Amino acid sequence: MLAQRKPSLLNRLYLIEVVRGLAITMKNFLFHKKVTLQFPEQRRDYSGRYRGQHYIKSVNGVENCTACMLCPTVCPAECIHIVAGEREDKEKYPIKFEIDSLRCCFCGMCEEACPKDAIKLSNIYEMSQKNRTVYEKDFLLEQRGNK
Amino acid sequence: MDFPLLAFSVFSTIAILGSLLVIFKKNPVSSAFALVLVFFAFAGLYALLGAHLVAALQILVYAGAIMVLFVFVIMLLNQDEPVHDLEATGVIYRVVSALTVTALGAILVRAVLASKSMTPSGALTDEKIASLGGNMKAISEQLFTDRVFHFELTSFLLLGAIVATVTLAKRKSRGEEGEV
Amino acid sequence: MSSIETTLMFVKIAIVLMGLLLTVPIMLFVERRGSALMQNRLGPNRMGPFGLFQAACDVVKFIFKEDRAPGHVNRFYYTIAPWIAVIPAFMTFAVIPFAGSLQMDGFEAKFLIANLDVGVLYCFSIASLGVYGIIMAGWASNNKYSLLGSLRSSAQMISYELTLGLSIVGLMMVFQSVNLGEIAAAQGETLIQLGPIAVPKWGVFIQPLGFVLFLVSMFAETNRLPFDLPEGESELIAGYHLEYGSMRFALFMMAEFVNMAVASGLITTLFFGGWQLLPGMGFLATQVEQLGILPAGGWVQVLFQGLSFVMKVAFFMWFFVWVRWTLPRFRFDQLMNLGWKVLFPLGLVNVLVTGLLIYKGVL
Repeated sequence: MLAQRKPSLLNRLYLIEVVRGLAITMKNFLFHKKVTLQFPEQRRDYSGRYRGQHYIKSVNGVENCTACMLCPTVCPAECIHIVAGEREDKEKYPIKFEIDSLRCCFCGMCEEACPKDAIKLSNIYEMSQKNRTVYEKDFLLEQRGNK
Repeated sequence: MDFPLLAFSVFSTIAILGSLLVIFKKNPVSSAFALVLVFFAFAGLYALLGAHLVAALQILVYAGAIMVLFVFVIMLLNQDEPVHDLEATGVIYRVVSALTVTALGAILVRAVLASKSMTPSGALTDEKIASLGGNMKAISEQLFTDRVFHFELTSFLLLGAIVATVTLAKRKSRGEEGEV
Repeated sequence: MSSIETTLMFVKIAIVLMGLLLTVPIMLFVERRGSALMQNRLGPNRMGPFGLFQAACDVVKFIFKEDRAPGHVNRFYYTIAPWIAVIPAFMTFAVIPFAGSLQMDGFEAKFLIANLDVGVLYCFSIASLGVYGIIMAGWASNNKYSLLGSLRSSAQMISYELTLGLSIVGLMMVFQSVNLGEIAAAQGETLIQLGPIAVPKWGVFIQPLGFVLFLVSMFAETNRLPFDLPEGESELIAGYHLEYGSMRFALFMMAEFVNMAVASGLITTLFFGGWQLLPGMGFLATQVEQLGILPAGGWVQVLFQGLSFVMKVAFFMWFFVWVRWTLPRFRFDQLMNLGWKVLFPLGLVNVLVTGLLIYKGVL
C-alpha cells in the first residue's frame, strides 16, 4: 500500500500552489527558449554516419558495382535485386539494380559488404514519395548525397 | 396582432405541445427534454406577466437544476424496453385512471371558468411592485418579514427530506457491508 | 420608444453579437499559440504575421469539412444539440453592461441590451440551459464515452451552480441589488484612500473569498480545465462531442469560447468594476476629449469605458487559457469533494460573515 502522507494545510489550501504553477507557466511563456525547429528553413545537424537514401558510387560515369551479389546476399530485408550482365570489355556489371525503399531497413549491411565501395547510404533523410518506390539503377547513379 | 398576444400564443402552444410530448414520447429521456421545453415556455409566460424573478427562478431551479438531475438519474438507470402495453393492465386500473383524469379535468375547467379575468390581480399590482423597487425587492421584503414563518417552515420540510434521504442511503450501505 | 432608442437598441445588439463572434477566432488563435509558447513550442506561425490568419484557416477548414453524422445516433437530438449549446451562450451576454450610461436628448442611454431587474439571475438561469446541449449531445451520440461525458457534465453543473449562486449572495448584500448595471455603477465609489491611490469599491476588494469561489465555480461551469471532465480526452476520448465533426463540432467550440467570454464578462462586472475606467484611463480620456476629434457629450467617456471593459474581459479570457495550460485535470471524486465539502461550506461562511459585517456597519 502507498504511504498516506497528509500534506500541510497550506498545501491542501491549493491556492498558493496554483499561483506558483501559474507563475511557472508565465515564465515559460515569456522567457524560456523555444525548442521548436522550424524545419524547412532550419535543419538539425545529423552525424556523418547517418544512414539515409542509397546511391551507387560511380567514377567517370561508370558505376563501381561489379554485380558480385554480396549485397543482396547480406541484406536482411532482401530488398536489393540485381541482374548481372557483361559489358563489351568482358567486365561484369549490373543490368538492373533495384532497391525496394519500402522494404529497406537502412541497416547499412550492404555498404559494409560491398568490396568495391559501390553501394553507399547518404545523409539524405527526406525520402517521402508519392507512390511505392523502387529505386532504379539510373536513380541510384545520380550521385545524390555523395560526400 | 400585438406583441404580448403573439408571444402568449407562441409560448402557450409550445407549453401544450411539450406537455403532450412528455406523455406520448416512449423514450424517458425524450420526455424529460420535452418537459424542459415546457418549463421554458412557462418561464416565458411568467415573464410576459411581468414576473421576471419567477421566470428566472423557473428556469434556474426547474429547467437548470431539477431537470438536469432527472435526466442524470434516467441516464444512470439501465432501463429495459419500456412497457407500454395498455392491454396488459387490468380493467380496474383503467377505470380508476379514467375517473381520476376526468375529475382533475373538471376541477381545471371549473377553476378557469370561476376566474373573472385572465390578468393578474391582487394587492401587488404592477404600480405597487414598481414603487417597491422591482420584483426582486418586493418578493424579498415579503419573504423575510411577513412570510418569514412560512419560509422557515419550508426550510424545515426540506431539512426533513434531506435527513430522510441520508438515513435511507446510510442504512442501505451498512446492509451491503454486512453482506460482505 | 423613440426611433433613436430603437436604433440604439439594434446597434447595441449588433455590437455585442459581433464582439462575441469575434472572440471565437481570436481565442482560437490565442489558445493555440498561447499553449504552444507555454510549452516552449512555437505553435502555428506560418499563416500571416505571427500566424494570425491561422484562425481564419481553421474556420474555413471547419466550413468545408464533410458534415457527416454516424449511423447509430439519434438524428433529431444529435442535430439540435450544438445549437442548444451555443444559443444560451450568446443570450447570456444581454444583461452585462459594457459601458456606462449616456444622457442623450430626452432619455438616458444605457449600454446593455436588456436592463432586467433580475440581472445576474437571468445570466445564471440561461447559462444553466447550456448544459442541455452537452447532455443531449452525449446521449444522442449513442456512445458510452459520450454518455459518460454528459453524465459527468450534469453532475458537475448541479454541484457547482450552488456555489456559483452562493458566492455572489454576499456581493448582492453589499450592493443591495442584483441588477448588473447598478452593481457596475456602484463600484465606481472609492473604498479607502491610500495616500495618492484611491482604492475603488470593486467587488474583489470587498468580497475576496466570494471572488475566489465565483472564479472556481465559473471554471467548472464553462467546462474548462481543471474541470473539463465532460471532455476528458485522456479518459473519454473527447466526451460529449466525440461523434461530432465539421461545423457541428465548431459550434460546440464556439459555445465554449462564448461561455468563456460571458464568464469573463460576469467576473469583470461583479468583481472588477465592470466598465469603470482602469487606472490611467481617466487621464487618457480627458486628453482625447481635449483633442476634439470625437463628438462631445460624453461619447469619449463611453468609448474609454467600453475599452476598459474589453481590456478587463480580455485579461480574464487570457486567464482561462493560462490556467488551462497550467493545471492538470481533477479526478471525479476530487471534483465532487471540492464542490460539496469545501466550496459550498465556504460560500455559506462567506454569506454569514458578510451579513455580520453589514450588521456591524463595517461594509
